[in-house]
Amino acid sequence: MWFAYETLCVIWFVLLGILLTGYAVLDGFDLGVGILHLTTRDDRERRILLNSIGPVWDGNEVWLVTFGGAMLAAFPNAYATIFSGFYTAFMLLLFALIFRAVSIEFRSKTQSAIWRRVWDIGFSVGSTLATFLFGVAVGNAMIGIPITNMEFTGNFWGLLRPYPLLVGVFAVALFAMHGAIYLYLKTEGKLQEHVHSWMWRGFGIFLVLYMLTTIYTLAAVPAAVRNFQDHAWAWIVVVLNVLAIANIPRSIYHQKPLQAFVSSALTIVGFIFLFSIALYPNMVTAVDPAESMTIFNSASSAKTLFIMLIIAALGMPFVLAYTAVIYWVFRGKVQLGEHSY
Amino acid sequence: MDTVLLSRLQFALTVMFHYLFPPLTIGLGVVLVVLEGLYLKTKDLQYEAAARFWTKIFALNFAMGVVTGIVMEFQFGTNWSIYSRFVGDVFGSALAAEGIFAFFLESGFLAVLVFGWDRVSAKMHFFATCMVALGSIFSSVWIVVANSWQQTPRGFHIVRNTVGGVEQIRAEIVNFWEVLINYSTVHRLLHVWIGAFILGAFFVMSITAFYILKKRHEDFARKSFGAALWVGAISSVLALIQGDLQAKNVYQHQPAKLAAFEGHYKTGRGDLHLFGVPSDAEQRVKYGLAIPGGLSLLLHRDANATVTGLDAFPPDERPPVLIPFMSFHIMVALGVYFIALTLLALVYWWRGTLFDRRWLMWIFVFSVIGPYVANQLGWVAAEVGRQPWIVQGLLKTSEAYSPSVSAQQVLGSIIMFGLIYALLFAIFLYLLNAKIQQGPELPEAVVPAGPVEHGYLESAAQLTDHAGESMTDARGKLTRETRPESDGKE
Repeated sequence: MWFAYETLCVIWFVLLGILLTGYAVLDGFDLGVGILHLTTRDDRERRILLNSIGPVWDGNEVWLVTFGGAMLAAFPNAYATIFSGFYTAFMLLLFALIFRAVSIEFRSKTQSAIWRRVWDIGFSVGSTLATFLFGVAVGNAMIGIPITNMEFTGNFWGLLRPYPLLVGVFAVALFAMHGAIYLYLKTEGKLQEHVHSWMWRGFGIFLVLYMLTTIYTLAAVPAAVRNFQDHAWAWIVVVLNVLAIANIPRSIYHQKPLQAFVSSALTIVGFIFLFSIALYPNMVTAVDPAESMTIFNSASSAKTLFIMLIIAALGMPFVLAYTAVIYWVFRGKVQLGEHSY
Repeated sequence: MDTVLLSRLQFALTVMFHYLFPPLTIGLGVVLVVLEGLYLKTKDLQYEAAARFWTKIFALNFAMGVVTGIVMEFQFGTNWSIYSRFVGDVFGSALAAEGIFAFFLESGFLAVLVFGWDRVSAKMHFFATCMVALGSIFSSVWIVVANSWQQTPRGFHIVRNTVGGVEQIRAEIVNFWEVLINYSTVHRLLHVWIGAFILGAFFVMSITAFYILKKRHEDFARKSFGAALWVGAISSVLALIQGDLQAKNVYQHQPAKLAAFEGHYKTGRGDLHLFGVPSDAEQRVKYGLAIPGGLSLLLHRDANATVTGLDAFPPDERPPVLIPFMSFHIMVALGVYFIALTLLALVYWWRGTLFDRRWLMWIFVFSVIGPYVANQLGWVAAEVGRQPWIVQGLLKTSEAYSPSVSAQQVLGSIIMFGLIYALLFAIFLYLLNAKIQQGPELPEAVVPAGPVEHGYLESAAQLTDHAGESMTDARGKLTRETRPESDGKE
């Protein structure tokens, strides 16, 4: 074998982080578009919003599906504990994702105003609920969940503690801002002005929640701080993350939406990086530290991790290449046409 | 009811609903590739119009498949955590590979297929269509690999670990190629593909037979029907031949399952039941008609050869008989029906009277239900026939559940899925019907304004003059030059 077992475990921890980042950055903006969907004023605007993400939301969601599959393959014990432990939360998440997806698909299929209204609400509520639940899951992963012998011992209501709830709301604000900036790139005219005001609003709410969440994290999650003492280089990420956040309003102000979008994407990358550092070396943090499952004892065999690494190395360059091609094909402002939603 | 039973019911509900869509994706994907290929070759706008029409239905069907598929990916962990811990090392890599190799490919290029008609060149569009079809086939490869490993595990060893103080047993990969090409992968994959092609063919024939009966888009409908008829007939015959080989494979590697399929309780000469009702209490098939020695003949090419029966297995390792027996027999009966129907239609097609036989067209309109049922029942037989094992010979279904999930939680999610899926299915049928009623926008009907229904009828009336003629002859009237004419008539 070319790698030591521990190295493979760390590589897969990083690769899962990359898949999660891909998901958060890409589906983040289309969830954000959904969160803002009901703020629009007429049918044409809502159709433009839907069609701004129309060709790409499906592919974006594949990052989540692949994240799930990769977690099962690389860290089956962690996958089993988390997915069964968060049962009700994940069922709600599936509910939200299904409703959101079919709302996009069904909404514009008939002319009826009531029909369209129902699916508009489904799209927006589904997107908001899904984002919120992702945040709650991340919050719970940060502060730890009750586990005994690798099995979750709490219940659904026990997951809705103040810290995870705050992270949930924070995630909604983050994606709403990210989505607004994306929409600014894809729209023009009156709608773009409307989106412009939501960029600022989104950023304002995000900034407040960012500060609150940071303070709460420093106070409530000692493990997050401890890893920064051990790995001083990680402070660079904190600084870069703050710079990326600061660059968002700067770029919006200077009318550079693409730069604002890149900054907001980098902000998300930074957050997932910080989240991973706070988690490391745990895959699942337990309330009782002795019960925590690490990336080393919840991983698959060295052979499987290595085979999976080859699969990823073969497949991911293609994935990145045609993702880029598809975003290129659908570049530019949204035009409603014969094939639109 | 307990968590295990409820989780099984939920899995059955969600996977059966999911599997309404992927076979059609595979089947129609191939149809789209052929139509677009023909368009590129002949530049005949009819083919492009046909491809655009089937793309709309493909997209709707694909979306349903994606939405219901996410549920499956989550469910291994949410409802079967012990199973996930046990097989993750082996089974997980197939699922992850499916994501990386298939899902990204499908969903990425689907965007170009559906939204890219006017954004990319015809060649690029054709390429995207090929990639989507390829992606859906890759997807079936990986998921059948994963499932076949559960049926006939190979290329692994059992390892005992201690994780965080907990003793754990799990399967780990020893030989990846043996995991991929385990004892049943190839047979089962072929069967899944053939099933998908039959469904695709019958789906196309159902809709186009409807158009023929209603005298709408007739030229388009006849061409599509003719092509689909060939695909359907060849696939149906292949299903019989390949199915026979596969049954031998099942007998070799999962003899208890085959015994359940055939209601073969006692080891000895195997009779082939054409129908009947297996009775566990009496250990025999009641109310049946059997060919004596038929099963022995099929499996061993010797009517007196001994076939292993259910009595060769300990009682707690025998699958239930009724469900596998019934699903298997109905599937086979449907398979025979597909062969008979398509061959009969081919005879009439040969004589040139096929499309005048309205009764036969009506049969084709409704026969699409057959392949849907057969695809579902094939999986029911395969999965229930493997019981009580979740991984054949290694882990029992009753021991593979999620200990931290309560029965109430699962009951809640079953109700949720039941309601959502019922709603989705109703809307799916409604939209599918709307698309079928709307029909393809054939070249001379590509007129945005005016009463559409009238336009179609008229164009259909025009086309009847050319029934039976070749594509090239009819083309004069089918090109866009005739548009002003039909405009004028409206």
